[in-house]
Amino acid sequence: MTEGLKILLPGVHTTVQDFGRFGYQGLGVPVSGALDTESLRLANGLVGNPPDMAGLEILHHGPELEVLADSVRVAVGGFGASLNVLGDDAATIPAWQSTKLRKGQTFRITVAGTVLCCYLAVESGFDLEPCLGSLSTYTRAGFGGYRGRILRAGDNIPIKVTDVEDRDDLYLSSAPQYSPQAPIRVTWGLQQDYFTDASLKRFVSEPFTIHADADRMGFRIFGPSLEHQNDYDIVSDGIATGAIQVPGNGHPIVLLSDHQTTGGYPKIATVISADLPALGRRKPGNEIRFAVIEVEQAEDIRRDREASLQNIEKRMEPVPNSPQIDLQQLYKANLISGVVKDEVD
Amino acid sequence: MSIRIYPSGDTAIVIEFGNQIDRALSDRVLKAAVVIQAAGLSGVIETVPTFRSLMVHYDPLTVSASDLEARMRPLIETGDDNAVDGRKWFLPVCYEADKSPDLDDVAKRAGITTEEVVHMHSDHTYHVYMTGFLPGYPYMGDVPDVLCFPRREIPRVRVPKGAVAIATTLTAVYTIESPGGWHLIGSTPVQLFDYTAPQPAILAAGDQVVFTPISLSEFDAIEANVASGAYTLDYKAIES
Repeated sequence: MTEGLKILLPGVHTTVQDFGRFGYQGLGVPVSGALDTESLRLANGLVGNPPDMAGLEILHHGPELEVLADSVRVAVGGFGASLNVLGDDAATIPAWQSTKLRKGQTFRITVAGTVLCCYLAVESGFDLEPCLGSLSTYTRAGFGGYRGRILRAGDNIPIKVTDVEDRDDLYLSSAPQYSPQAPIRVTWGLQQDYFTDASLKRFVSEPFTIHADADRMGFRIFGPSLEHQNDYDIVSDGIATGAIQVPGNGHPIVLLSDHQTTGGYPKIATVISADLPALGRRKPGNEIRFAVIEVEQAEDIRRDREASLQNIEKRMEPVPNSPQIDLQQLYKANLISGVVKDEVD
Repeated sequence: MSIRIYPSGDTAIVIEFGNQIDRALSDRVLKAAVVIQAAGLSGVIETVPTFRSLMVHYDPLTVSASDLEARMRPLIETGDDNAVDGRKWFLPVCYEADKSPDLDDVAKRAGITTEEVVHMHSDHTYHVYMTGFLPGYPYMGDVPDVLCFPRREIPRVRVPKGAVAIATTLTAVYTIESPGGWHLIGSTPVQLFDYTAPQPAILAAGDQVVFTPISLSEFDAIEANVASGAYTLDYKAIES
């Protein structure tokens, strides 16, 4: 096995994820994949990887790692996240910037306190065997990623290219924006007719809070209780990522990457695909509001979102000569102005 | 009930044929799945058949919901001419006490002997309606009326892999260890889901299954052969 990155401290929930496992939902296999595909995609771009290459998904609290390969180029994608080089060469590399690390260096990934996830992309990707066409980890069934599980101290995640070339490191000169308070947009369905009119109104007018009982399968959200006007058991049908199902207790569950492929609770609405990455950044305790739009609007928003991501990707620029100081300043300035606007870079 | 086609967000369209568990409905769902997969429509990622509907997952950057619906509708309306290629599987199941924690209870509730439960459950050809809940977990029906009970009031935290279970009008096999609320009346040594295999799930929607009672020693022998890769499950092609 090739040398790669050794996990010194695993963090809370660190897994290998790409954009997901497609083609097996008809056999009951969830898609899995990154909760925030945009952040993974941008991090991949900075190290020259295809957008959907597998990286580490880091939830809540970051791991500490040691470089066992001769050298690696890495980038962190995530709002407010950073990479902290430890030891003698201590330095903070902000998110949205690549950096080259040498054998023996140790580093920590810091997740912003207000954001659930961030991603570590590694140039050339991990040297792991895909499972059913994907490197995404599906922990419930124990397959994909690294041994089908969350990472533990002592794991050595092999990397394909174990000595990277010298080249300019890159940063995103036009950093992506994230508004933690922005409503999550949904379309109605599949079974909105199972709910009372009053409940449908409350769903879009009142806030919900993400409950601590949240994982990669879904978020339970608490807010106004939603009443079914018919039965709350339906004959199972398909589930799209972002579907919001409401069991008999009236408290919705927003279904995320590891959701089951089929389910038997009425679904009141579905989060639009352009807002799934923002949904994946929310963490337990965060407030969440929903706004209902039409499918045609969702399609327009998704196309706009894709265009803006491509613009961001076009504006990858070499890190200026004294990167630590200049970029830190730039980053802090952005962060501060961002907070005023209720946004985090 | 007429066909309803409607979106779930901007990444999936549901083609709904009805709202119940019904063989005729299931046949229409499975035929629609075949015709849509065969058509190779631009933007379609995959299809998920369920008891009563087909979910079509698609890429919204490639095709819009309205265009995709317009392309699918004529296919579905002529889809009933298509045959679904199914297989009839003979699945060995051990119903002995060690492997069937709820068998006594089911027999008591049904007012019959455990032997009669085993006979009724195994002397029957089941239709695989769909897979879901767990990778490869087959929802099969219909269970004889005498054996139809609601799910357990308190689900088990841990149901072992291979457990053969009944609830409502259905029977299933837990393909991996999982929480579960169905009544466990037997166990199969056959691995129905193997993520390292090119075809990871043995049973597919549209297949038929017959349970073959085996003894504990036969269970152990098959389990050993499964572990060494020397076991192949028997099937016959279904005449359509």
